[in-house]
Amino acid sequence: MKLNDEEQDILAGKQGSVRQQALRHQMDVGDFFGAADFVPVTQAHIMADTESLGEAGVQYLERLAAADESQRKVQVPTITDPRGTDFSKASMLGQSAAMLELERRAIAAFVKLGVTMTDTCINYQTVQAPTRNEHVAFGDTGVVIYSNSVCGARSNFEGGPSALAAGLTGRTPRYGFHLAEQRYATHHIRVDFAPASLNDWGALGAVIGRAAGNYWSVPVIEGIEQAPRSDQLKHFGAAMASFGSIALFHLVGFTPEAGRLSDVADTRLPSHTITHDDIVRLQNSYRGAESVDVVVFSAPQLSLYELRDLADLCDGRRFKVPLLAVTSPQIKPDADRAGYTARIEAAGGHVLSGMCFYQSYAREIAEANGWKTLATNSAKLVNILGGYGYDPMLASMEACVEAAASGKLRAG
Amino acid sequence: MIASIRARHALGRTVKGHALVAKDGFSARYDLDRIRGVFSRPAHKLAGQSYVDRILVLDTAKGGVATAWMLHEMKSRGIVPLALVLNSVNPILAQGAAFAEIPMLAGFDLDITEAVPNDAHVEVNPSTRTLTVIAER
Repeated sequence: MKLNDEEQDILAGKQGSVRQQALRHQMDVGDFFGAADFVPVTQAHIMADTESLGEAGVQYLERLAAADESQRKVQVPTITDPRGTDFSKASMLGQSAAMLELERRAIAAFVKLGVTMTDTCINYQTVQAPTRNEHVAFGDTGVVIYSNSVCGARSNFEGGPSALAAGLTGRTPRYGFHLAEQRYATHHIRVDFAPASLNDWGALGAVIGRAAGNYWSVPVIEGIEQAPRSDQLKHFGAAMASFGSIALFHLVGFTPEAGRLSDVADTRLPSHTITHDDIVRLQNSYRGAESVDVVVFSAPQLSLYELRDLADLCDGRRFKVPLLAVTSPQIKPDADRAGYTARIEAAGGHVLSGMCFYQSYAREIAEANGWKTLATNSAKLVNILGGYGYDPMLASMEACVEAAASGKLRAG
Repeated sequence: MIASIRARHALGRTVKGHALVAKDGFSARYDLDRIRGVFSRPAHKLAGQSYVDRILVLDTAKGGVATAWMLHEMKSRGIVPLALVLNSVNPILAQGAAFAEIPMLAGFDLDITEAVPNDAHVEVNPSTRTLTVIAER
């Protein structure tokens, strides 16, 4: 990779060993993908829950944090994805003292590195959305696909070590979706129905993700006639990224790079039509049981509007099985002030903040609570939780709330 | 030696070992029981099989960003694949392999999951960007 004078200095250790180590890691990745040089970034976002970090990852962070203060601080605003717990709800989840101690150590190390603990995977709704052509280094696949697609920003998937490296050096290797030529459509999708619920949007994203296949695929979608809401595109993108490792989609007429199909694709690109039956099949493939052990709304964290809708559905109910709604630390105070938290909890639900269900020792909390069958309206979550030993079921928010009250998920 | 296959992308040191092959994806969070060292997602074609010290030959990287940290954590406990070989990778897997110092090859002119027999003894040589099938089992 071609290095400028500042990068040569960092590599030579003139800005300390922490940035030197970070740049070396970035060069390994850049060389792997054939990056010509680095591109400056304005923000970084780090996924680093302690289930992923483990003891080894936390020790790595602590070693970086032990460096001299002048050499260890991030160079651009650097924020965090959800943590592995909501400390105020940890005992309800059945998390152990060791999990919480690891979490505290990770947080302390991040703070010493100058990282801002936002603990959110919806920073584009709650902290600061990137702008078109803004180069950023974002972790969390849902954050990346939304930022690239809906905001027109430029980011690759940046895993925790790489996002932290980008924060420390203020740059990232220029490859993938930082390049204009990578952003043209490879798959042309037509949708012949109007998705309505969030689980419909998630299922549509899942079907497109599976069809598109891998990270380097860019679907362009036609057939959506009404402007989608942010929460709908949040579930759509998160599922597409989860099922297909997709980092960018274009929605003709709505996303900023695709005013017309021809802006992002050869108009002769063959199209593939996705029908309502396709998303029904996808949703039915996650309906293996009737009884429900736990209901979860998470992945991505809920917006204020989702919590409002959930509170409306909770009024007058009394839940038989736990219902968990997970949001960000930025949204939670507003939900408290608006009374949504109290209404959800009056029905027996729990509103958690700053974590995400699957990033919070999902296997261990299942064992601690005897949870096996789980109902959710998140297509992303059902895709992830099979590997953690759950039988996850995908349904509408309304059906999930009904399941929390009755203990059974109705068919259809 | 039966065949030597060249990759477009490579990182890490040279290793030899037995291949575990499937035309399926890879994500440390979605697919693995990282404590027991086995594929755990029921729908995965390698469900129930141990990945420890195997050279994984798979189709494509899937899923989220956690793999980047998780490979490092798995390496610290020795419950980790010996190398990763994929038709297509996303940045997360490459970042994770670089961070955890796990050899990796990716990008071939053929379907690598069809070219390498399961359980074959293979060499992964990132310096020459080649995978060599030494012996079929």
